[in-house]
Amino acid sequence: MARLDVRKTYKLYIGGAFPRSESGHSYEVADAAGRFVANASLASRKDVRDAVVAARKAFGGWSGRTAYNRGQILYRIAEVMEDRRPQFEDAVRQSEGLGAAAARGQVDAAVDRLVWYAGWADKLAQVVGNANPVAGPFFNHTAPEPTGVVGALAPQESSLLGLVSTLAPVVVSGNVAVVVSSYGRPLPAVTFAEVLATSDVPGGVVNILTGDATVLGPWLAGHMDVNAIDLVGVAGHPDLAGELEVAAADNLKRVRRAPAAEPDWSIEPGLEPMTAFLEHKTVWHPVGV
Amino acid sequence: MPTTAPTDPAAGLASYSEVTKDERALRRFLHGLPGVDQVGAEARAAALGTRSIKTTAKEWALDLAIRMVDLTTLEGQDTPGKVRALAAKALRPDPSDPSCPSVAAVCVYGDMVAEVKSVVGDAVNVAAVATAFPSGRAALDIKLADTRDAVEAGADEIDMVIDRGAFLAGRYQQVFDEIVAVKEACQRPDGSHAHLKVIFETGELQTYDNVRRVSWLAMLAGADFIKTSTGKVQPAATLPVTLVMLEAVRDFREATGVQIGVKPAGGIRTAKDAIKYLVMVNEVAGDDWLTPDWFRFGASTLLNDLLMQRTKLTTGRYSGPDYFTLD
Amino acid sequence: MAFEYAPAPESRSIVDIKPSYGLFVDGAFVDGNGAAFKTINPATEETLAEIAEADEADVDAAVQAARRAFRSWSRMPGKERAKYLFRIARILQERARELAVLESIDNGKPIKESRDVDVPTVAAHFFYHAGWADKLDYAGLGPNPRALGVAGQVIPWNFPLLMLAWKVAPALACGNTVVLKPAETTPLTALLFAEICQQADLPAGVVNIITGAGGTGQALVGHPDVDKVAFTGSTDVGKAIARAVAGTDKKVTLELGGKAANIVFEDAALDQAVEGIVSGIFFNQGHVCCAGSRLLVQESVAEEVLHRLKRRMATLRVGDPLDKNTDIGAINSAEQLARITELSGIGDAEGAERWSPDCELPASGYWFPPTIFTGVSQAHRIAREEIFGPVLSVLTFRTPSEAIEKANNTPYGLSAGVWTEKGSRILHMADRLRAGVVWANTFNKFDPTSPFGGYQESGYGREGGRQGLAAYLKGGQA
Repeated sequence: MARLDVRKTYKLYIGGAFPRSESGHSYEVADAAGRFVANASLASRKDVRDAVVAARKAFGGWSGRTAYNRGQILYRIAEVMEDRRPQFEDAVRQSEGLGAAAARGQVDAAVDRLVWYAGWADKLAQVVGNANPVAGPFFNHTAPEPTGVVGALAPQESSLLGLVSTLAPVVVSGNVAVVVSSYGRPLPAVTFAEVLATSDVPGGVVNILTGDATVLGPWLAGHMDVNAIDLVGVAGHPDLAGELEVAAADNLKRVRRAPAAEPDWSIEPGLEPMTAFLEHKTVWHPVGV
Repeated sequence: MPTTAPTDPAAGLASYSEVTKDERALRRFLHGLPGVDQVGAEARAAALGTRSIKTTAKEWALDLAIRMVDLTTLEGQDTPGKVRALAAKALRPDPSDPSCPSVAAVCVYGDMVAEVKSVVGDAVNVAAVATAFPSGRAALDIKLADTRDAVEAGADEIDMVIDRGAFLAGRYQQVFDEIVAVKEACQRPDGSHAHLKVIFETGELQTYDNVRRVSWLAMLAGADFIKTSTGKVQPAATLPVTLVMLEAVRDFREATGVQIGVKPAGGIRTAKDAIKYLVMVNEVAGDDWLTPDWFRFGASTLLNDLLMQRTKLTTGRYSGPDYFTLD
Repeated sequence: MAFEYAPAPESRSIVDIKPSYGLFVDGAFVDGNGAAFKTINPATEETLAEIAEADEADVDAAVQAARRAFRSWSRMPGKERAKYLFRIARILQERARELAVLESIDNGKPIKESRDVDVPTVAAHFFYHAGWADKLDYAGLGPNPRALGVAGQVIPWNFPLLMLAWKVAPALACGNTVVLKPAETTPLTALLFAEICQQADLPAGVVNIITGAGGTGQALVGHPDVDKVAFTGSTDVGKAIARAVAGTDKKVTLELGGKAANIVFEDAALDQAVEGIVSGIFFNQGHVCCAGSRLLVQESVAEEVLHRLKRRMATLRVGDPLDKNTDIGAINSAEQLARITELSGIGDAEGAERWSPDCELPASGYWFPPTIFTGVSQAHRIAREEIFGPVLSVLTFRTPSEAIEKANNTPYGLSAGVWTEKGSRILHMADRLRAGVVWANTFNKFDPTSPFGGYQESGYGREGGRQGLAAYLKGGQA
């Protein structure tokens, strides 16, 4: 008799741990052809709440690390991912229904994207900050700082490259993230969480919830301790995106709006995904003896 | 620093005896004074300089400024004739207007004291610079002899210079002791003493932190007045330096009950500038200092500009230098 | 003997206030469809002029004019746009005194501030941004920077002309056209600015000034042909605007409220710190979104700092805004005075101790004395809510971490102040304070090159500096 394989339980990733949903609910995840693959945890609003608490707790430490250190950790994520490429290729192929070569391309691009962002960690301030020559005897400079807790509705289609491309620019600058994965294609996100857990990323810096962005999005958008939100996961749903934006106004979250359709993730992203979640702090000091 | 003034100045001063007991205590105290931010202090001085003093307030301020002038000549080329002429002007700055007040004092080198005294008598004070003015580079006994000579010659006020080298080298005790010794030398046989003004030469001390420290040092050592400059070094008096000194005398009185005077000297040439100083005295130290007993201008050309502006106010037209004496 | 300053009033004769004003649309003054309203001098309650109110049709006409002008303005070579802005900057300088007097009359702020701060900074803003107009490719904000289109801009009454400059100068430099609504209590300098645009031969429709109250602002923000919304004002209105533009492509910048902590450590340069506290809360009658309205003073020097502060406050001169020696002018409106009075009353009711120096307030007009509340804790409403008046809440702290915790314990995050002579502590504090502007050993300083804007509920986007340009460019990646 052939050996029976041991299946993985797909759980949430909150505060560095892998809990099941607080609600106890799960949902069936199918592959691209509609065949049952696994049951994923169905995150609830209370999981959103817990993830925000975990993220907030991690913010001071993560944002206080040196940019060099954050860059090293992002690079470490890439290293560990590279090591598990076959697993990611299978997951992406299964989720997105891609051929082997295409799936490999997605994984390669995701790893390369992490490497690209890792390099940005200690350059971003130099590129987007500057000295200001004010008309008086003052030292004056403007430097970027992370916005804080960022809620990210990850894209629904690109289950890995899109996820990584949404998450990396958030955390590279020192933000912490609560990510809602693709609803239909959540499994690469859970595997990615396992990579994060073994890549020196402090617990709580990234929290990944598998579940329905249309259900969790409003809780995240309305949460008063979330500072910003990326709505790319509701691309193509302008009504919902608009509602989330309205909810986000309650505490003036920085909103990265939902595009009309999911973007082409293969294009080099530019600075905007990072600058969308930065504050600029200007410091003045007199110059005297 | 206590924030309420002791009622008894003697007790107030005595309460500071601990900080002047030795070099280390003195240094600890002076270095523990709050710092002065240059940009902030200069901005405050500039802001006070924008006050607009008009009409009745200006008349009042001009007369007060005239009464606060220490009319000064401190040149190698000074002669008896020159200082007598200056003394005459000190008595009657505007001979054409009897309502014009006299200045506070005539300030000269010690050897000219008697000459001035012979003209002004007791109507105007005579101030003498002493202690190897302006550099202060001489042995202590020379400085003390210089002081005693001037007092004996009838000087009402002694303007001494501190040893800036000692101060900048951190030898605070030496500076302190020298002021104490000069103050003793100001004693007259009858028990009274010539008023002691201590010149810091703030242009050489450079930082406002130093100005604040030296102000406290001099006040603790017994200065009656603290004075910015000799007039021989640029920059001489400036508004921000004077601001820091006014803050010092204000704080010192609150701490000890002892009031000390302030004299900016050198570089104050226009009535407009003088009024800025008076505004600063008013708003920083308070009106207790708005008398010639507690605030002076060390100046020479300032007086004529004060007189011209005074004439403008009384006649309603602008005057010219030909209408005022050049002495 | 007391030195009594004689009155030193700046002459009003330099300004010529017309009995009534229309809207400035498409290069000309036109009547508004709404009911006219009055603007008054808050120092005397005298009516200054009747102001047209723009209704939706007027707003639409202004947006259409801006849209028409956008075609040629955005395509005009940057170096030509630059020259228009330089020209405006020069005319602002030439007419500086007139603008300052008018600002003080309409707003109530002291002439020394309108003359020495507001108007010179206005001209500086145009001068600074003029130079950007033909250098946007070099701003480092991404490739091929392009204008957004029509900017709808709504500004407050506290710095009427300065806020106009903050909005209009970068918008025009980047090739946008604008429809700007000044606050209903302070429209006059914006209308004089319209006249300056005419003197500069600025093409019709590039700048449109529409007057009115909240409804006019709503119509502007909500207009479908507006591409960019820039607002400075209250956090409540800012949130309403964020909701109104939700689901649109409009780019938004919001400059909102604040409750800044001004933190004084025991080793501070105390005399300068006291000046910073005073300018932090009493500059412009405290009508400043970044005002240092919460004084956090280290307990070890609290008594001394308060003593010095009170002594300093006793020298503040409250009264006629046009007197050159006035330090604190009139509260801008009866409504604002009522709010300050109400919140101060709550401070009393909550047990904080109120102190003001003796100062005689004029019989007519809107006035509030410089006031401090001691014995305030974070739980007091006066420590949490923006009063927007000359009212300071004094709290104490023991350690740097407690100061940071208290300073950041607010939904706002616009500005903060730190006073200490220790360099490493300044950098530590500047790092930890969650605020868009940190003034260390200074306060309330502004410069066109220096980006300004808030964290959290103090809004988003920056104004001024290189980062400020991003708000007016497509794909601008500040």
